[in-house]
Amino acid sequence: MGRRTPLFELHQSLGARIVEFGGWDMPLSYSSLIEEHHAVRRAAGMFDVSHMGILDLRGSEARHTLERLLANDVGRLRAPGSALYSCMLNESGGVIDDLIVYYLGASGFRLVVNAATRVGDIAWIEANIRGRDVQLAERTDLALIAVQGPQARARFAQLLQGEQAALAQSIARFHAAAIGRSFVARTGYTGEDGFEVMLPAVDAPGTWRALAALEVVPCGLGARDTLRLEAGMNLYGSDLDASHDPLESGLAWTVAFEPSERDFIGRAALKQVQRLGPERKQVGLVLEDRGVLRAHYKVIAPGAGTGEVTSGTFSPTLERSIALARVPSAAGDHVQVDIRGQLKEARVVQPPFVRHGRSLLTAAMSHP
Amino acid sequence: MSKVPADLKYTNTHEWLRELPDGTIEIGITDHAQHALGDLVFVEVPEVGRRLSAGGSYAVVESVKAASDVYSPIAGEVTAVNSQLASAPELINQDPYGAGWIARIRPAAAATGLLAAAEYEKLLREEEPD
Repeated sequence: MGRRTPLFELHQSLGARIVEFGGWDMPLSYSSLIEEHHAVRRAAGMFDVSHMGILDLRGSEARHTLERLLANDVGRLRAPGSALYSCMLNESGGVIDDLIVYYLGASGFRLVVNAATRVGDIAWIEANIRGRDVQLAERTDLALIAVQGPQARARFAQLLQGEQAALAQSIARFHAAAIGRSFVARTGYTGEDGFEVMLPAVDAPGTWRALAALEVVPCGLGARDTLRLEAGMNLYGSDLDASHDPLESGLAWTVAFEPSERDFIGRAALKQVQRLGPERKQVGLVLEDRGVLRAHYKVIAPGAGTGEVTSGTFSPTLERSIALARVPSAAGDHVQVDIRGQLKEARVVQPPFVRHGRSLLTAAMSHP
Repeated sequence: MSKVPADLKYTNTHEWLRELPDGTIEIGITDHAQHALGDLVFVEVPEVGRRLSAGGSYAVVESVKAASDVYSPIAGEVTAVNSQLASAPELINQDPYGAGWIARIRPAAAATGLLAAAEYEKLLREEEPD
């Protein structure tokens, strides 16, 4: 039996299919994964993501420590409530985790990290704050509910009164605000607008039931995976890991080499890769034949070598299979994927595949 | 509780068999199996004429989450496949014992180890706590 979130009993009562994920017993889906997916693209869905780690860092050297620990530049976070997506790297540039860091103002910074990497992250951070004025606190007292979809913000705001509702509606993209006992962030992992709400564990079941009464559809990790993949977002452990750097994982945009005097961990290794040119790149694949692309399928890039699908699925929005893959940098516009011994044609595209409910594939593509 | 029609035979790997008047056997996956797999999005069916061995994989059903092999309950030759599954794999979810059939087989030998409906229901009661 894995660890359970404050919403576990609610998931069971809703008939969720429960799976183990990162040491936790989590809902995979409640009824139909595809219907949950469409609910988020078309209206509003909610996810229990309380398994993710919430780490608060405070102290006079918290900012300086994060400037060294994170590949993206925390120096950009000046206004309380602003947020940044970043990788945390080892000395050789491998990705220890990908995370979102929120600036809380006088209270310091908040990191939201992956469930499966939480223990290693804490050990890494603790090793790097030793002897400094930084205090790390894991917020196991908080639950995390993601409310996502074009109607998500409006429906969440209906739970609030007057000024609080107005404050929630005024939160800018990739910003957050403390509202009552909750910390409400306009972030997500679906490619839709919405909030990620951190709240006291005891408040979570009531908030979940109130959102359900507003026809926010409970969604499991299955739909979370198809939504993030359509949105071209990496999953740690599949598309990202400690033996690959962000430059070969589609995350060059998250590495802040400027200001040049900021000596973050992994910088020297990434500079070396940059000088030589990365050998591999991350691409999106759209399967032109029937079938479903899956992680670890071999990719053949004619004239350039071979690569591997890092995560693949059937896209409910596009009604065809899509994937993220790591391929030789010289790979062109078309590749083949080995599906159970048969070579199938796939087109190489720049992720994301879907954003705000709409396909980003060109109309020229024929449907299989 | 999953549907288990009384007139079919079953395997402990959740396939069903129906004897047709012409002596061929229609095969597919059970209601329990389709429910466990979730929304199906792709089905790879065998070629007509292919010879199947008992217990060998003859088809692949893919849900959003995973690809799963489907095993033949008997040895024989494929005489027909359900071509509608190519464009409508969800037929297996909607009607696993009817429109969601996968293949028809001319048996090479009598099948062994099959379960009657009551026996298969007993197996499901052990697997499905509710």
